Amino acid sequence: MSGDDAIPEFSKAKSGDGREVSLTNLSAFAGGPGIKSGAEVAAILAVAVVIIGGIELALRLFHVPQYIMPPPSSIVYALFDEFPLIAPHLGYTLVELVSGFAIGAVVGLVMAAVITQFPFAEKIVAPYILILVTTPMLALVPLLILRFGFGYTPRVIAVALAAGPMVMINAATGFRRVDSAKIALARSYGASTLQIFWKIRAPMALPMILVGLMIGAIFGLLTAVGAEMVGGGFGLGNRLTSYSSMIQMPQFFAVVLILSTLGILIYVLFFLIGKKWASWET
Amino acid sequence: MSTASARTPKLGVQAATKVYRTASGDLLALDRCSVDIQPNEIVSIVGPSGCGKTTLLWSMSGLHRLTGGAILLDGKEITGPRPEIGIVFQEANLLPWRNLDANINFPFEIKGEKPDRAWIAHLLHRVGLDGFGGKFPRELSGGMQQRAAIVRALALKPSVLLMDEPFGALDSFTREEMNRLVEEIWLDTKTTIVFITHSIEEAIFLSDRVVVLTTRPGRVAKIYDVPFPRPRSLEIMATKEVFDLTNRIKMDIVGERRPQAQEQPEHKSAEIVRIRP
Repeated sequence: MSGDDAIPEFSKAKSGDGREVSLTNLSAFAGGPGIKSGAEVAAILAVAVVIIGGIELALRLFHVPQYIMPPPSSIVYALFDEFPLIAPHLGYTLVELVSGFAIGAVVGLVMAAVITQFPFAEKIVAPYILILVTTPMLALVPLLILRFGFGYTPRVIAVALAAGPMVMINAATGFRRVDSAKIALARSYGASTLQIFWKIRAPMALPMILVGLMIGAIFGLLTAVGAEMVGGGFGLGNRLTSYSSMIQMPQFFAVVLILSTLGILIYVLFFLIGKKWASWET
Repeated sequence: MSTASARTPKLGVQAATKVYRTASGDLLALDRCSVDIQPNEIVSIVGPSGCGKTTLLWSMSGLHRLTGGAILLDGKEITGPRPEIGIVFQEANLLPWRNLDANINFPFEIKGEKPDRAWIAHLLHRVGLDGFGGKFPRELSGGMQQRAAIVRALALKPSVLLMDEPFGALDSFTREEMNRLVEEIWLDTKTTIVFITHSIEEAIFLSDRVVVLTTRPGRVAKIYDVPFPRPRSLEIMATKEVFDLTNRIKMDIVGERRPQAQEQPEHKSAEIVRIRP
């Protein structure tokens, strides 16, 4: 640790005290689900019933054809009726998502942790990371299919490529949040660089790591479904293309419903993890 | 050895000099500061902001390496952090993701030692934090956080306690309360304390001696003895002697500032009256 020529300025070290993150980045968590009172729950449900019921009524009243927009009731019916057929595809998508995300997240986290220790290396790598973050990894799927065929491999790679950089840039932001006073505290007890990493840097980075994991997982889901739409005979994305080509709109929307549920579950999962392990931030 | 150690200061600051190498050039923060701090003494360091108080304290703690000179702990040069030295930082500096118990265990974790439960319980009781072990820092007031930080600093039973403007962020009532607490703890443990502060009143209340530093570069301007008996009651603190000493130190610091104001050449005109806060 080369804190030797840094002027100790604790009172001005506000930038590193972590509170800035709660406002900008964790606001998604802050506004998330929480325990509501009975009246609130009733109001939320009432509004939902009015909206969904209104859509149902309007679609039936104006005889909107099913291929333009099926009424909510037929979507729900299709969901239950068709679920045994959709379930295996949900399984495929989940396998791609979980394995691709796991690979991307681990690589992203390790890279963020290592890169932030070496500011010069970070400068060299930064443009490539930016390219990885901004390029839609879906664009590579046709190429991956050419190389790896129509199986799991190209999709898992695409998911990992989509999730990894997202995890990495957010985690790197977290690891860069150096609080010189807290590091000085650890050093005053003779902490090693490794101890400082695990006991100060990593916990300080955790809220941002969780944000990165959540964004990475959502991007992974998008990429998995997109890759399934591009090629291959299985997965929820494949169901979307096949139902729409057969103009089976209730079934199509049932799959959309499953996908948005997946997205919400990802959000809630990381929200709960954040509440348990990173609530000190808010 | 025994005769030598009787004369060896607890902390011997010998011509301590520190230059920061910054992007805009070298900055001399401490210039040949010398002061001997005796065992069981409380010494305050006061001075205008930016006079190198914190730099001096960091150097004593071994977090910094000096550019010149040396600081000796029990006659041995300090080259890195030492377990005999405890630090209380500005604004408590607790780890927000740990509850109080885990914060106080932190030094033991780093050292790979078992926490001394009985001692910690005694300290927590001493500072009035019994039953708060499960609370997180954000759930506590600034004063309580700083109490916990004091417990953490004393948990390893250091022989020297360095306190870096510990109560600067607290309101004046809490601050007085904390000063009394430090005095009580000192009467209890007789730990050598080096106390950095902006507040002359705080320095006089706590210290056996007050060291006044000059503005950058920090040099030792004067060292005052504070001969008042302990515990220092409100009555003692209201005496003329205390008042006079406060004013003398204040004059030192303000007088130190005055020639600087005259050095600024851009306001030569007599018409311009500058009022400085």
